[in-house]
Amino acid sequence: MASFSVPNVKLVGISACVPKKIISNLDHPYFSSEMMASFVNSTGVNERRVAEETQSTSDFCYEAAEDLIKALSWEKSEIDILIVVTQTADYKLPVTSAILQDRLGLPTTCMAMDIPLGCSGYVYGISTIAALLSLGTLKKGLLLVGETNSKVVSPFDKSTEPLFGDAGTASAFIFDPSAKPIPFSLGTDGSGHKAIIIPAGGSRNRVDEKAMEFVKVEEGIIRNQCSLVMDGMDVFSFGISKAPANVKELLTYSEKNIDDIDFFVFHQANMFMNNKIVKKLKIPVEKVPYSLSKYGNTSSATIPLTIVSELHAQVSNSKTEILCCGFGVGLSWGTCILDLENLVVPKIKEV
Amino acid sequence: MEINEFVRNFSDQLDDTDVSTVTADTKFRDIEEWDSLTSLSIIAMVDEEYGAKLTGEDFRQSETINDLFNLVKSRTN
Repeated sequence: MASFSVPNVKLVGISACVPKKIISNLDHPYFSSEMMASFVNSTGVNERRVAEETQSTSDFCYEAAEDLIKALSWEKSEIDILIVVTQTADYKLPVTSAILQDRLGLPTTCMAMDIPLGCSGYVYGISTIAALLSLGTLKKGLLLVGETNSKVVSPFDKSTEPLFGDAGTASAFIFDPSAKPIPFSLGTDGSGHKAIIIPAGGSRNRVDEKAMEFVKVEEGIIRNQCSLVMDGMDVFSFGISKAPANVKELLTYSEKNIDDIDFFVFHQANMFMNNKIVKKLKIPVEKVPYSLSKYGNTSSATIPLTIVSELHAQVSNSKTEILCCGFGVGLSWGTCILDLENLVVPKIKEV
Repeated sequence: MEINEFVRNFSDQLDDTDVSTVTADTKFRDIEEWDSLTSLSIIAMVDEEYGAKLTGEDFRQSETINDLFNLVKSRTN
């Protein structure tokens, strides 16, 4: 695993925007309430926010970014770098960051790029934007992390549809020589790339008539080759071993222990898996916030969304040390520790 | 690692089954309460008790508790 520290960079604000539309899992439009009762019980996902047909990932990231820029009183002309982390980009090409550079009115001197990572994406995104800002030439950067998972799950797949939600987030970083170095530990195991996959639509398997055909895979799972496929057992097996190992690795590298950390913000996979991870690490439960019941699993967006939704008061009024750990699709994982002081956190927006 | 202990650890993951009916030769998919969540509990138990990994493919290729035992055994020292 790659462990390293990035100096001179500070996270100064986080915001989030979610769809107005709520889908309740106990009153599900397609699946029976009996089945969904046990689903809610094990996953902890009571309801989720789902985009309208006309809304895309950039719409939620845009609103989150506008709110944060305003709350920080930043001049848009000062923003030197924009990174968008998403697996549900607006288009196959061009990158969503280019669309947002224009829509947000950022200067054309702003460098913009997408990182198509999922559950580990927030930590990877921070590592990338921090490494670039750390050099001192670029001063201010925006990391926009969001998904419209509802667009890629089959509406007839009980293993994915009721779990995933949509959201957009924005995180603001500045070059600051007085900032404490941010420690990271990142890793990849592509041997598990089929554990979470959308088989068709890339250059390996084109979208054709056959790929569009919905097929019953098992009871409660009907999907086509353009739908997100998740092998829950493989992902679980990976998550409960790799996430705790990665957290331990970073704590050792940064010479810290669990007591030194105020909050542990894990990727919100599902309650069953997250509970196992937390139990294994013996972290006091009060240090582990969850937003699963309200927003479900929003892949790359879960960590910033959970900070905004659950730690709003703590991070905006004091000094906090937060460990963030993302793990999943790739398979890919990453952990970092953020030193926060009076973070600017606007209220969650709904559109 | 021995089979009786594995069967006991396996049975501990079941809520509504008479554990005296569960043996090494039990076909786990025939257990009435068996569902995807039970398989996740078995994966977690194997991770905790034996430090080994079981995958979705392992379950699909296995029929009895003994089949799973042999897989776990081959992955522990």
